[in-house]
Amino acid sequence: MTAFASKIVSSSDAFATNRAEMLALVGELHTLKDRARALSERRRPRFEERGQLTPRERLIRLLDPGMPFLELYGLANFCVDTTDREKSIPGASLLAGIGFIKGVRCMICASDSGINAGAMTQRTGEKMRFCQDMALDKKLPFVHLVESAGANLLQYQVESWARGGGGFQRLAKLSAAGIPTLVVLHGPSTAGGAYFPGMSDYVIGIKGRGRASLGGAALVRAATGEISDEEELAGSEMHATKTGLVEYLAEDDAHGLLVAREVIGRLDWNKNCPRPHLKVFKEPLYDPEEIAGVVPVDYRRPYDVREVVARLVDGSEFEDFKPGYGSTLVCLQASIYGHAVGIVGNNGPIDPDGAAKGGQFFQLCDQADIPLVFLNNITGYMVGKEYEQKGMIKHGSKMIQAVSNVRVPKLTLYIGASFGAGNYGMGGYAYEPDFLFAWPNAKTGVMGGEQAALTMDQVARSGAERKGQPVDEEALAKQKERLINHFDSQADAFYTSGRLLDHGVIDPRDSRKVLGFALQTCWEARNRKLQPNSFGVGRL
Amino acid sequence: MRKFNSILVANRGEIAVRVMRTAKSLGYRTVAVYSEADAGAPHVAMADEAVLIGPAPVGQSYLDMTRILKAAEETGAEAIHPGYGFLSENAEFARACEKAGLVFIGPTSEAIDLMGNKAAAKRRMIEAGVPCVPGYEDKDQSDEAFISASEKIGFPIMVKAAAGGGGRGMRLVHAAKDLPAALSSAKSEALNAFGSDELILEKAIIEPRHVELQVFADSHGNVIHLGERDCSVQRRHQKVVEEAPCPVMTEELRGKMGAAAIEAARSIGYRGAGTVEFLLDAAGNFYFLEMNTRLQVEHPVTELVTGLDLVALQLKIANDDPLGMTQEDVRLSGHAIEVRLYAEDPAQDFLPCTGRITNWIPAEGDDVRFDAGIVEGQEISPFYDPMIAKVIAYGESREVARHRLIEALKRTVLFGLTTNRGFLIDILAKEKFADGGATTAFIGEEFTEGDLADAVPDAPSMAMAAVLQYRIERDRTLANTVFVTEGLLDWSNGGALITHYAYQAGDEKVDVAVSPQRDGSYLVAAGEAELSVEVLSQGASTALIRVDGRRHHVQFAAPSDSLLEFAESGKALRFTNLIALAASAEAGPAGGRITAPMHGTIIEVFVSEGDQVEPGTRLAVLEAMKMQHDIIAEVPGVVQLVAAVKAAQVAVDALLFEIETAAE
Repeated sequence: MTAFASKIVSSSDAFATNRAEMLALVGELHTLKDRARALSERRRPRFEERGQLTPRERLIRLLDPGMPFLELYGLANFCVDTTDREKSIPGASLLAGIGFIKGVRCMICASDSGINAGAMTQRTGEKMRFCQDMALDKKLPFVHLVESAGANLLQYQVESWARGGGGFQRLAKLSAAGIPTLVVLHGPSTAGGAYFPGMSDYVIGIKGRGRASLGGAALVRAATGEISDEEELAGSEMHATKTGLVEYLAEDDAHGLLVAREVIGRLDWNKNCPRPHLKVFKEPLYDPEEIAGVVPVDYRRPYDVREVVARLVDGSEFEDFKPGYGSTLVCLQASIYGHAVGIVGNNGPIDPDGAAKGGQFFQLCDQADIPLVFLNNITGYMVGKEYEQKGMIKHGSKMIQAVSNVRVPKLTLYIGASFGAGNYGMGGYAYEPDFLFAWPNAKTGVMGGEQAALTMDQVARSGAERKGQPVDEEALAKQKERLINHFDSQADAFYTSGRLLDHGVIDPRDSRKVLGFALQTCWEARNRKLQPNSFGVGRL
Repeated sequence: MRKFNSILVANRGEIAVRVMRTAKSLGYRTVAVYSEADAGAPHVAMADEAVLIGPAPVGQSYLDMTRILKAAEETGAEAIHPGYGFLSENAEFARACEKAGLVFIGPTSEAIDLMGNKAAAKRRMIEAGVPCVPGYEDKDQSDEAFISASEKIGFPIMVKAAAGGGGRGMRLVHAAKDLPAALSSAKSEALNAFGSDELILEKAIIEPRHVELQVFADSHGNVIHLGERDCSVQRRHQKVVEEAPCPVMTEELRGKMGAAAIEAARSIGYRGAGTVEFLLDAAGNFYFLEMNTRLQVEHPVTELVTGLDLVALQLKIANDDPLGMTQEDVRLSGHAIEVRLYAEDPAQDFLPCTGRITNWIPAEGDDVRFDAGIVEGQEISPFYDPMIAKVIAYGESREVARHRLIEALKRTVLFGLTTNRGFLIDILAKEKFADGGATTAFIGEEFTEGDLADAVPDAPSMAMAAVLQYRIERDRTLANTVFVTEGLLDWSNGGALITHYAYQAGDEKVDVAVSPQRDGSYLVAAGEAELSVEVLSQGASTALIRVDGRRHHVQFAAPSDSLLEFAESGKALRFTNLIALAASAEAGPAGGRITAPMHGTIIEVFVSEGDQVEPGTRLAVLEAMKMQHDIIAEVPGVVQLVAAVKAAQVAVDALLFEIETAAE
């Protein structure tokens, strides 16, 4: 196979402009995450005073140095806590991702207790549940570093409580599926939070800091008048000696994390998973770093998606599937870190031929058990008489049906536009891709704001015409502006990621690594043998 | 026909290996003897047969004649090579061999006896006309006799044990008033060490060179010398560096000293390999010191400049064959320098060190020779001499030999225990040594306590150590994963994960933070310094690392996730990541676990359970390597556990005490 011949000139002005604009967006992404980091870091003196580690330090101590870590939902709750983009704190006060502990791939959630003492935000529970769902699906031991003030009673919403129970239900499901769950109790976990340790298979309690009780001292006093000491009521030492809720008592955070690592190590978790037959592969001929200069941040400016693929796949080599048929849907057979994949990309809206080709390609990948990678830059399926009469609905439906029902792993990247049903056919959020990440330039929604505004403009003009009324140009202009704003403010990647409509926004230059990590995680999940039980392990 | 065809080597370590190498090459069957501590030692593996002769202590193994002779009998050995040390200069053993019908590869028992007594030897040498240091070596051992003799000799005077060696029973006395006290202490030390309190006096030659002549005599009356060795670089009368030829030697002087050495050997009817030691003063006067009736540790330098195999010559003579060469046949060419690599800690007053050799890769190179008796994984026990290897370099000139030796020492990978390697390199690099001007006063004059202290690691060393620790643990982890490709290492989509290490640098605890960068390099913050670290290549124990543009060739070993042994240019540093240790140490009774610093015997225990202790309280005394070490409390608290038992043997790192610190 010969490598793709790139037409990109990395010394061109266009490349420089693209790169500058893309890196500016990447910079924005870092700025947002740094906002949460800095806010949490402000509490460092308090942590140090108490002999604790900061939440980020805990996460690093827990992880194997140098092993990859795939952060999940890093922007969760962005623009949910406040609509002010300049003030909103992303992350939902929970650090989460897939990382390695003693060589074991694990799902890790850690309370970011530097922010409001780890109190739940509107999206914290959902972020946790989604991570638990992924842990179950990907057979990842679930490790939770707990230090949370619990729910903010002033922001109580009934659905948060109702849905929140799912976090504990999932712990039971994980345990029953044969996937161990582990809690390090770094600080308080009161009321509902007490079920995090309660429902986990292994609990490591930090002496003097880790606490679990159904009611804290304040609530107990309010409820019964009893005056109690927090340590007697909830302390790790009490649980280690009296209730048996704590399996391992640790001196401090650092010690607790070392114990956690040992406990995970002792699972000998990798014994029940065969090793893959690793293939020899070449790094891409074209540096993945160049991606930033290859792609215009404005999705309306066309480019050949193969230029992106050439910077993602081994040796920059791929096989073009039916390049002369339905050519705007680009279907490529390639490999990533030696792992065979079918890649679908867009060089324009999908026409009926493209949809048919896509549906067939998905089924072929499914037949050969080859994971699918969807590179979304899709404004939608073609509209218009010609396309309708050629069966756009029928062919598009077949494609969406195939996406829905393929059995192979689906990895989706929003690399530009992802609008309307095009998003559905290209493995969008609702099609439950195994992993879904967005580039910071991505725009998603039912349609673009401009398009929505023009559509409504047309509707208004037709209505006025029908009624024989004059067109109120001023009102229409206002409506147009409002609509563009209404659509576009919900379309950008940071906003959608804040609503957990993807697993996170990534630096486009990391795409090969993200896909590689995701592929390997899926492979491991599908090859790992579990030993399920009926009810989960009870702490008897 | 040869008198014998199988040789039992009654020794261990490098010399046993050295002797067997020649013996095997000449077609002899070799028999090793070994103690329980040496079961895995190279000399055992190398021999055709090996016999266990007893437990580790030398008195019950390598010094036990009965067991050695029994081993010879059982294996049908026909000759015994004693090596050096142990029984090599024991006349009784030589006689016992003869009695048992075994060929003792060495001189006659009479020669050993004679040269073993310094006083008697000196009297014989004076008779033979060999120049001797003015002194007193009479049977009259009264203080009065010594005092009157000292007046004739003149101060300064050296008091020596007549039966001694190795510096024990030796006193330098500058004035008459100090003599009685020196005599009495030297007597008791001599009695303890050698079983005889006979003393001799010698005029002390200040800052002399130690120059010795290698002689060989066969049983046909041929005596030749193989030139000299300069062994002036000594520490407490123990040789550290030896070379041939002596840097200030002239043909004329060599002729004179050689003739004296030959006469010394001839006058006592000597047979075999021997070394006649002289002191050489600045004016070119030389004085007989003693004669060693065995193969010397430093014989390789002579081999390299003469091209002869000294062990082969010994075997030839033991077979009663003539030497087959005359003095005129001996040609000296080039220069050879040897250093003795010891398991000892120069920063702790050269305290012998024990431990397991985790990595041992001698640096191969042109004209560099390693005489070693160690293998990776071997435990260096406290029972034997701490010399683990000799490194010898040859060169057409002294400068070439010196630089080859320095490079060989730098490139040799050796981890697991503390050694004097850095000290040896420092010696070789000193201007005074380079100029050939080192006398026996060299080490005392050139090295201050500060020079010998542990080096405080600098920021680049700490940065490299942290990056290596990081990568070693990373790669160990990678091997345990199911499916992670290397391209994903050092990466997170959530931004760099910064791993922290904490190292002790002198009195300071330094935080070192490793942050992997997109380009594959590491940004390392070490205290106040920020450095860019690139690992250009990394093998199992060596790496090439660029730090802020400067390339470093370094060596490393990581026996555990918390410990990194590190060496650059032969200078060893030990980095313990206090972060990895913190928790486990705190898990116990708050840093109060006291363990044995080395193998040894507990000879005293001072505290009981329940006792209150303060930092500095003596808890016990551990005797190891003939030295006593105080076991000291480092934290205040109450003794919770006393595991140390008087008179019990303890292994390194064995728990001795637990102290629970007072609650905060």
